[in-house]
Amino acid sequence: MLDFSTAAPAYNLIAFIGKAVLALLLLVLCINSADFVFLKCRFHYLKLIETLWLHCLPISSGLTSSPAYELIFATICVHNRQEIMKWNGWGYSDSRFFFNKKGQAEFTGKRYRLSGLLIPGLKDWFESTFGANLQHKTPAILNSSAVLPPTLNDAFVEELKSTGIPISFEAEDRVFRGHGHCLHEIFALREGKVGRVPDMVVWPSCHNDVVKIVELACKHNVCLIPYGGGTSVSSALECPPEESRSIVSLDTSQMNQILWIDEKNLTARVEAGIVGQDLERLLNESGYCTGHEPDSMEFSSLGGWVATRASGMKKNIYGNIEDLVVHVKMVTPRGVIEKSCQGPRMSTGPDVHHFIMGSEGTLGVVTEVTMKIRPMPEYQKYGSVVFPNFEQGVACLREVAKQRCAPASIRLMDNEQFKFGHALKPQVSSIFTSFLDGLKKFYITKFKGFDPNHLCVATLLFEGNREKVLQHEKQVYDIAAKFGGLAAGEDNGQRGYMLTFVIAYLRDLGMDYYVIGESFETSVPWDRVLDICRNVKARIVQECKDKGVQFPPLSTCRVTQTYDAGACVYFYFAFNYRGLGDPVHVYEQVEHAAREEILANGGSLSHHHGVGKLRKQWMRDTVSDVGMGMIKSVKDYVDPNNIFGNRNLL
Amino acid sequence: MEDTSSHSERAELEEEPEFVDILEERRSSTDLGFALRTFSPQPYREASPCSSSDLSRAVMESQFLRYVVKEIATETGVTVKEVREDARTILEEMSQNLQLGFIRLMAYTLSKVFKRLFSNIFVNIEGLNMLQQAVQENPVILMPNHRSYMDFLAISYILFSYDIPVPVIAAGIPLLGMKIVGEILRRSGAFFIRRSIGSDKLYWAVLSEYIKTIVRKGFAPVEFYVEGLRSRTLKSLVPRLGMMHMVLEPFFKGEVFDITLVPISISYDRVLEESLLAHELLGIPKPKESTTGLLKASKVLQEDYGSMHVTFGRPLSVRRLCHNKINRCQYNLIPRDLPQKPSADIQACVSWLAHLMVRFQEGGSVISPWSLMASLLLQTPVTVLLGEGLLWHRLTEKTLWLRKLALEFGGRLKWPARARHSDVMSSAAERHRSVVRCQAGRVHLVQEDEPARKHAASREDGVSRTAAAVLMLASYRNQCMHVFVRPAILAAAIRTSRATRREELFNYFFFLQDIFSNEFIFVPGKSSQDFNEACYLLKKCGAVHITQQEVNVSDRGQEVLDFLQALLQPFINSYQVVFRYLCEDDHQVFSERQFLPSVRKLATKLILSGELDTFETLSSDMQKNVLSALRRLEIVRKTMGSEQSEYRVNKGAVRRIQDTLSGKIPPRKLQTPPDAKL
Repeated sequence: MLDFSTAAPAYNLIAFIGKAVLALLLLVLCINSADFVFLKCRFHYLKLIETLWLHCLPISSGLTSSPAYELIFATICVHNRQEIMKWNGWGYSDSRFFFNKKGQAEFTGKRYRLSGLLIPGLKDWFESTFGANLQHKTPAILNSSAVLPPTLNDAFVEELKSTGIPISFEAEDRVFRGHGHCLHEIFALREGKVGRVPDMVVWPSCHNDVVKIVELACKHNVCLIPYGGGTSVSSALECPPEESRSIVSLDTSQMNQILWIDEKNLTARVEAGIVGQDLERLLNESGYCTGHEPDSMEFSSLGGWVATRASGMKKNIYGNIEDLVVHVKMVTPRGVIEKSCQGPRMSTGPDVHHFIMGSEGTLGVVTEVTMKIRPMPEYQKYGSVVFPNFEQGVACLREVAKQRCAPASIRLMDNEQFKFGHALKPQVSSIFTSFLDGLKKFYITKFKGFDPNHLCVATLLFEGNREKVLQHEKQVYDIAAKFGGLAAGEDNGQRGYMLTFVIAYLRDLGMDYYVIGESFETSVPWDRVLDICRNVKARIVQECKDKGVQFPPLSTCRVTQTYDAGACVYFYFAFNYRGLGDPVHVYEQVEHAAREEILANGGSLSHHHGVGKLRKQWMRDTVSDVGMGMIKSVKDYVDPNNIFGNRNLL
Repeated sequence: MEDTSSHSERAELEEEPEFVDILEERRSSTDLGFALRTFSPQPYREASPCSSSDLSRAVMESQFLRYVVKEIATETGVTVKEVREDARTILEEMSQNLQLGFIRLMAYTLSKVFKRLFSNIFVNIEGLNMLQQAVQENPVILMPNHRSYMDFLAISYILFSYDIPVPVIAAGIPLLGMKIVGEILRRSGAFFIRRSIGSDKLYWAVLSEYIKTIVRKGFAPVEFYVEGLRSRTLKSLVPRLGMMHMVLEPFFKGEVFDITLVPISISYDRVLEESLLAHELLGIPKPKESTTGLLKASKVLQEDYGSMHVTFGRPLSVRRLCHNKINRCQYNLIPRDLPQKPSADIQACVSWLAHLMVRFQEGGSVISPWSLMASLLLQTPVTVLLGEGLLWHRLTEKTLWLRKLALEFGGRLKWPARARHSDVMSSAAERHRSVVRCQAGRVHLVQEDEPARKHAASREDGVSRTAAAVLMLASYRNQCMHVFVRPAILAAAIRTSRATRREELFNYFFFLQDIFSNEFIFVPGKSSQDFNEACYLLKKCGAVHITQQEVNVSDRGQEVLDFLQALLQPFINSYQVVFRYLCEDDHQVFSERQFLPSVRKLATKLILSGELDTFETLSSDMQKNVLSALRRLEIVRKTMGSEQSEYRVNKGAVRRIQDTLSGKIPPRKLQTPPDAKL
């Protein structure tokens, strides 16, 4: 206000208007919500205002939408990806959160929508949620000299060298490929602790290279661990400490070509090392997309998706990986496995693709995949709905699933996550936006009587042609209205999806300040969704308390996918570990308890993260003894000498 | 004498700061103000308010009820609509309608009544504080023992005084029969359950869905009596599992994160209904609950009932108790709404929890000096008590000895610290002048006045009148039975089996526990712990020496063992009489209806002939317990006769038990390992 009154005369008018509006706002604020309900009943025109209001909400974001990840350059297919990526944290080296000298959070780099922006609310949220303090820092120790010298199989190395396939024994290369992104892995790296890592790295550039490598590995009995994008969160990339053979990391990143596009059948043949964002970008250039967008798509690879049964955000339109794959080629110690044709469906006994999908690198290396492709959508629109509470939100999602009208993506965040998303709002540049935000908040909490500590938000993404999108949008908003949902604008929705890409960066920020955390997922029948969310969150809180965590943890969830018979639920949990002797151990105990709770509440062991080594203790209960035997016998036949010895799953 | 007693109790209050007399404040300030005070309890944080109509709607719309209604419709050929209508009627009859206004009315009335009846109502504040915390965290189940009609009124009253959400309470349907009062109770949170539900599938379904919905919604604590009914003998009853299962199921099925169980022990110095209870046990039916009956009973207001102790136990987390005991994944493969028979591990867990809760109730109950005196009076031959009487100083001496023993055994004894022991005891005797009379330094048993009769009283009537007095004494003895029962069984085992080897003793101990597990509360599968506890206690009081292999009675242990054995003797004698009846009878089969009168007849005959000196045999409770025990052991089997149910007896097995109980033959090797999983 002060700025306005002392500025040039032209501003005086604006200042006056501003004051008037504020006065009006104050007046309105004085009327309590009960009065409003009364008014609402009496005056029908208020309904009209409400309608108008909702249509005006998306004012700030404009009509054209763009993907939430915005990449300036996407070249992580180079040999030394560690040059542009962090070796002990998530993502690109140039993108990270930090608190500036004023204590405001900033996100660096130029890659993301959030890059270069100030996030004023983050500090308060961070401090109040975790009891963390910016004074208490735990910086990463940058010391990678602790790597043991490689154990090499000289005969193997000799023969491999003669093939001309690039290899490396460099410590940096080996450490980079010796881990995924589980908390304990990153925590150890930040402390400069390195366990068993691969003894060498090899970069095949095509299917035939892989055949040669696997043959040599069999001949010389070395252990192969395929490496795609390195985004595993199931300890799948950890080298088994008991492995005495030489461990070779087979990095597929050089197999990154689209071999052909079949426009008649709408399929594309792609090498399995290609990274998600490159695949989309290259296909986009020809006017197509796969529509497969897992949260890790900036870094994860096609081969990794197949090997872990990945799921994409927009699976409602495009399907999960098992729906997208038409043909797969995999190199195993027994030879190459592939089908003889590309028929869309076959009745030829058990589908051998299902031995490959979810094999988690225990049977061989996926080298080439034929995938369905789709023309790029004409129109994309984000959206969001606010619900008075989580129960109503889940009921709405269930109804949407029942009517089979789920948009490309629909996700429901609980109250804690809603607040978290709120804290990540970048600083707004115009007074108009902040005024609107204030009014929106007022409208929802005061006029509609939503309790800010209970309300939750669903984010939506619609795709297709413009007309159908708008029609679809109306259908979904109408269903939402039946469950007390209020449309809350496009930018809230878009910010929700952006959060997905930056949340992994936030974990690194937390780790600078004694806060550790992780996410995990499950799938569960509809009638169990509310129960599992409540119980798992409460279990996390209880376990943290029992294990001596000094501050209440962040324990939050969201429903990220809907199916006919159930949903996928994602949990986030993080806590301040100050005062704990062995935070990672505590963390592991809590995560273990949370998984037990999930299983006791009818949830699955994993929806799309996979089993790896982290969750294999529960495999037998999950698939029964016979099921275990089936998987085992396939492994015994395909890889009797355990060449693919990462020891996942079994 | 009255003055000294209340004075001494206040003295005790200072000694035990955990107990607070809630009537003290009521005596000094206005009851109306109290009833109208702001009542703003902190409810369960996940609960939203739920009116009784919301609740009924949720129950009627539940998938579970729909399944059952459909099932019943198919079975009986009635339309679904009609069955639903029936369900609605049941629900309407059952529903509570908790309203704050009526709680206030109760608060006002009860303030008046309680002040009249009791000198104090002691409540442990620590327990209340824990409860206050617990109600905010999870749905809470209040589990009081049931000794008097006063029980549930008292608990709601206390919770109201301390700003804790008042519970909805499972009550017997006879209470609803009382005009106006029934409706007031309903509005104070009572919901009504029929006495004999039997195999009424629809009723079970409505009831269980109703209770589960309350637990799931968590808008108010649920209060129910795990013992099922009011204990006529003041002894803990074997818990009923139906309702227990219903309240726990939402946890088993993951519908709530956790459930908190709060055992509550209510102990009365003197129970309002004492003489009614004794008569009921002798086969004189209790008067029907009615409003006029209640008004007539107002003469009880004139009497002195001493004080009442309410102990709120430590809140227990079902989640923690059940950890590793049940597999919650068992509900993953069938819709949770589908009616299913609970699995063996769930049943075992429910039973274990229920027994555990009763044990906690026992542990929390307060023992009065009178209870100890009653135990000792019962060990004096009735002829002496009726005749010359017991010397007062002898009773005093023995009571003080027993006081020491009870404390050593860990009993929560309420014994005023600053008063003279003799004053404590004489005031107790004075309060119970309906049972005993002290005259010229001697204590006599009081018999009821002979009712004016047309014909001369028979000898049988005399037996019955004596028995009424004995049963009243016995019920007060029962208040402290839980403290002594384990060592008493060990004492009986030592004396009867004359063994010293631990293993043999344990065998006999286990046999007795098995026979008496309808009589006393033993947590299933914990026999060896019970045995060890008994050994430890006897060792602690110096009665036995224990080595790795042997248990030997010490010289000064004989007195303790005498007492303990005598404590158990009425039970053993009574069981033997029933066994004798079962063996004597010419037929292999007897009907349900003839059982109680025939046993009573036999017992009366034996008492008159001097063969039996245990009047407790006449208690129908004891007789029923024997029958239940034999049915549990599958020695007696129920069969459906032509008109009514009949029982078939395996006489050989009964004789074997008879002989084992009298020590003629050693107990058979244990069939089941005493320590199962639970």
